[in-house]
Amino acid sequence: MAENVLHVENVTMQFGGVIAVNSLTMDVNQGEIVALIGPNGAGKTTAFNVITAVYEPTNGKVAFYHKPMVENYPKGKMKKLYAGQNSSAYTQSISPTPDKITRLGIARTFQNIRLFKSLSVFENVLIAKHMRAKQNVFSATFGLNAKEEARMRAETIALLEEQDLMHLKDEIAGSLPYGLQRRLEIARALATRPKLLLLDEPAAGMNPQETEDLGAFITQIRDKYKLSILVIEHHMDLVMEVADRIYVLDFGKLIAQGTPSEVQDNPDVITAYLGVDEE
Amino acid sequence: MKKSTKTLCSCIALALLVGFLLYMETLKTTQGMAVSILQKGAIFSIAAVSMNLLNGFTGLFSLGQAGFMAIGAYVTAIFTIPTEKIVAVYYMNGVSEGIMSIKRALSFLPEPVLVLLALIAGGLVAAGFAALVGIPVLRLKSDYLAIATLGFSEIIRALISSPQMDKITNGSYGLKNIPGFGGENGLGCLLVPFGIAALCIVIMVLLIRSSYGRAFKAIAEDEVAAEAMGINLAHHKEMAFVISSFFTAVAGGLLAMYMRSIEAKTFQVILTYDILLIVVIGGIGSVTGSVIGAFLVTASKEWWLRFFDTPLKIGNFQVPLLRTGFRMVIFSLLLMAVVLFWRRGLMGNREFNWDDIPRFGRWVKRKFTKTPATEGGERNG
Repeated sequence: MAENVLHVENVTMQFGGVIAVNSLTMDVNQGEIVALIGPNGAGKTTAFNVITAVYEPTNGKVAFYHKPMVENYPKGKMKKLYAGQNSSAYTQSISPTPDKITRLGIARTFQNIRLFKSLSVFENVLIAKHMRAKQNVFSATFGLNAKEEARMRAETIALLEEQDLMHLKDEIAGSLPYGLQRRLEIARALATRPKLLLLDEPAAGMNPQETEDLGAFITQIRDKYKLSILVIEHHMDLVMEVADRIYVLDFGKLIAQGTPSEVQDNPDVITAYLGVDEE
Repeated sequence: MKKSTKTLCSCIALALLVGFLLYMETLKTTQGMAVSILQKGAIFSIAAVSMNLLNGFTGLFSLGQAGFMAIGAYVTAIFTIPTEKIVAVYYMNGVSEGIMSIKRALSFLPEPVLVLLALIAGGLVAAGFAALVGIPVLRLKSDYLAIATLGFSEIIRALISSPQMDKITNGSYGLKNIPGFGGENGLGCLLVPFGIAALCIVIMVLLIRSSYGRAFKAIAEDEVAAEAMGINLAHHKEMAFVISSFFTAVAGGLLAMYMRSIEAKTFQVILTYDILLIVVIGGIGSVTGSVIGAFLVTASKEWWLRFFDTPLKIGNFQVPLLRTGFRMVIFSLLLMAVVLFWRRGLMGNREFNWDDIPRFGRWVKRKFTKTPATEGGERNG
């Protein structure tokens, strides 16, 4: 069996009295495309935000290549308020900042595109190279890192060429059409050299043709960059086409998991999700 | 325009500027006002660019400039006041032994070296304060950060004038006898501030163009996305804050040398607002905008509008409203006009480019010949 890349264990995210994610356990293995689906408000993006350390989970653990990356247990005010399970399973609290997660090798895109809108396409991608550079602020200011800077630029150009965005190099990111902004956001995430890519609704706002292309694109980057991919998506066609496995969330709880065909036939999923939100 | 043409243009402009400054230096006695405006403009352009580095490029709305300038000014003043005059300056409270021993130890240095050292020392002290203050304060966002840094600058001012600091800062008596720019004959009175300003601004521009500058811009654009790109927010914000404070303090040190005597009152919040005004007028996110703004605002505030301050009689008619202080009313009106017509400041977030000059010419031509705009107007930033 392929190596485990991401292991999410008993993750509960509680905001006040609302449990957004309830004891979620899921795995992503090497080279897999895993989809996380569920109706609106099911807690999919919250799960992403826990994995990327934007939120500190109330309880639970996230491990990346078997190394605990995020871990927490109910403490402080949450000790009393906590309404989830496994409240005594974890004893340490690891809460890195999101940039550390990215440096470990997890890149993400956002549901509502978050590009650096007034910077050029080239700069948007180049910024992703900053974190792995060995320069310091003095060497960078006085141009003592010329070699490294040149390497960063060359890598950026190579990536833009691979992603077929080279002709837009000097365009302002905010002025690109929607579909290209999505593409650029994925390119920017790839520039951080991730091992795991998290895509938050990459097909939102795309027409059926574009969605189909996106499916092919996701599989293609998985193979090309040897990625594992976790994707949140609403478009069932896309999910059924690309996903190796699917997790279904409803009201924060995992209600089903398995291969696309297994999930498709699961009566719980049909009532909770497919039956209600069919388009 | 070709790149070589542009370089040529820049070289010519630089040579003209140096020539102009040298010429103005010889006119120091007759053109005192112009010289002092140029000096002040150079000083404020450092302060404005360093504020822009923080507010425009990193997106941290900080209003602590006056405090950091005060630190720079006091450190520079203490270092540079001639040792033989210092006892007279501190005649009320006496001088702290520590200061005297430092001054005696440094007395072998020639004055220009001492001044440079003093400016750098002022910058470093301010940078140290910034590093300490930054840790708690930079967790705040936008307006809250502004309030916190504003509070910091007031605390610095209060500290400087407090009786406990009498032996170091001379409390509320202020410091006098600070040597000015250049030697006795006025040589270097413009080249020194302009040289230092150019050096500081060039360093800041290099920083902005470096990989760190891009990271700062990313933070200004979108903090969440910047973090997702692996940029450590706390680290980079702290860095921008410390660097900006360093250069602000250098500007403060130059201001002390320009004014020759300083007191805590000089560094009230209003000083921060003056710099903020320059940054906004010049364009948030534009270095050249800040520099242009510094000279324009200083000149119009203190010189070009002077005549509004003197009562004027035409024949028998006493022109109404013209009296001391009226120029500030006109100045405010002008500011409103500028902000209304150039919403993003004179330069927006663009930098000056030699291509702008023919473009500006076309723009003027179009405005005045009133042909219907077919290109859909200039992109204004």
